[in-house]
Amino acid sequence: MEIPAIVGGGLVVIGVGIGIGSIGKGAMEAIGRQPDATGKIQTVMLIAAALVEGIGFAALFAL
Amino acid sequence: MGLNALSAKDSKISEDNNGSDLKSEIKSYILHHLEDSHDFNLMSYTDKKSGKKVYIGVPLPVILWDNGIKIFSSTKLNHGKTVVQSGSNYYKLYHGKVYQTDAKGTINFDEKNYPINYKPLDFSITKNVVSILFTAIIMLLLFKGLADSYRKNGMIAKGLGRFFEPLVLYVRDEIAIPNIGKKHYKRFMSYLLTLFFFIWFLNLLGLTPLGINVTGNIAITFALALITFIITNLSGKKTYWKHIFWMPGVPIPMKIILAPIELLGVIIKPFSLMIRLYANISAGHIVLMSLISLMFIFRNWLGSSLSFALAFSISIIEILVALLQAYIFTVLSALYFGFAVEEHDDHNHH
Amino acid sequence: MEKLISEFSFGLFFWQLLIFIFLVLLLKKFAWKPILDTVNERESSIKDAMSEADKARNEMAAIQESNQKVLKEARAEREALLKDARNTGAEIVAQAKTDAKIEANKIISQAQEAIQNEKRAAVNELKNQVAQVSLEIAEKVIDTELANKDKQAQLVDKLLKDSSL
Repeated sequence: MEIPAIVGGGLVVIGVGIGIGSIGKGAMEAIGRQPDATGKIQTVMLIAAALVEGIGFAALFAL
Repeated sequence: MGLNALSAKDSKISEDNNGSDLKSEIKSYILHHLEDSHDFNLMSYTDKKSGKKVYIGVPLPVILWDNGIKIFSSTKLNHGKTVVQSGSNYYKLYHGKVYQTDAKGTINFDEKNYPINYKPLDFSITKNVVSILFTAIIMLLLFKGLADSYRKNGMIAKGLGRFFEPLVLYVRDEIAIPNIGKKHYKRFMSYLLTLFFFIWFLNLLGLTPLGINVTGNIAITFALALITFIITNLSGKKTYWKHIFWMPGVPIPMKIILAPIELLGVIIKPFSLMIRLYANISAGHIVLMSLISLMFIFRNWLGSSLSFALAFSISIIEILVALLQAYIFTVLSALYFGFAVEEHDDHNHH
Repeated sequence: MEKLISEFSFGLFFWQLLIFIFLVLLLKKFAWKPILDTVNERESSIKDAMSEADKARNEMAAIQESNQKVLKEARAEREALLKDARNTGAEIVAQAKTDAKIEANKIISQAQEAIQNEKRAAVNELKNQVAQVSLEIAEKVIDTELANKDKQAQLVDKLLKDSSL
């Protein structure tokens, strides 16, 4: 049986969701530990999330 | 992509049943709403007596480049129902695009059901172009007013400027300076500020009852991402290019492997900028409109009020998303500029 | 991807690019440059005012410090003066006391001497008077002895009575 491509898309979205979720978790914990570094952590968090998201987009739009 | 499957299936259904089925009508309505259109439509309904669709809105000029400029009003296209003759050519609207046809308006399809007719370059002043112009004029008036109020009131903002001045300062102090650095940020300020407010205002415009989906349009986000891409690479310094082609601090085989990846990253960065904004805003519109349509599908007080509550809360989230996406686009652009103008001294810990 | 490409409208892209670039240029000229310049100017003036205030505060602090110093010095001086005065007073009192003692001693010794002298003089005079009385008695005794024996005795008694010492 052929698996529809959209299933792969769903899997990618799950992976990306977990990835961005853990990035957010890590950032929040880091901010909790060091509230002074909030700005820096936010920037790094955004970069990391953007990279993960980019992979997700690449996979989704390759469908 | 899900939208892809949805649209392909939907276009067939809507053609077969001609919108008699409520669900497919809603689907086609949502998809139609997401697209740009050649006239500024406020509402449409089907006249019960004549059975014809009636459109209420403002017609806009259609401008085509087909061996010379062809200009005519969008009323002539009549939502794809009639064929327009301009000069010696005939044009017809099909799924939001203008095609050159013969006098009868026949459109030929390939095996995948895509039209193969010649498509002239379409420079029409569409609904989205009107929205962009509107936003541009609003921004000019608003920020010119802020600048003028400084001159009149001795360096203190007045009126609406009081609200926008902190945002301007936020873009400078929290987005530009930390990401680009104190030395170079001034060059990029105009672009970053314009970008931030432009995306934000257009996002918010999409949440008004007019619901014009501008930033959820790939052409718009592509243009914005392209400008970021061009500015990034034009202002790229030695360190930036060195990091792409000959990553310092890693063994030579790694350098060879990393170079194509980094080069790909140069393209992927603006690409993901483009897709992120497009996908977020489009998805927001789809979810919101689906929830609103659910009210008409349920037709009972429990389901409809539930979907109303959901639509209301999603609307509020979307207002947040409108700001968030503008922020993220601006932050990431600033970040890429920061990578580009980075001096070698800042990076010797590699 | 196919959908994205099929959805892409070159006309919209063209207008967007055109309008956006014009918007950036216009806003730069009419809005961002004046706004940022004004804000920078304002910030630098605030910074100037702050540093001015800081300077004034520092000066104030310095003045206060010097005041404090002067005050402290004055207090120390006063203290020293007071201490000096107290010492001097004590010294004077002590001096006076010793002087007084010496004087008193002197007076006492003088008095004692005078008393000694008086005593000596008195003793001498007594001695002289006793001698004289004795001589007178002896004279009278000798006078009366020649006349009467009883009378002699009476006379002696009488004389002895008279010459009560």
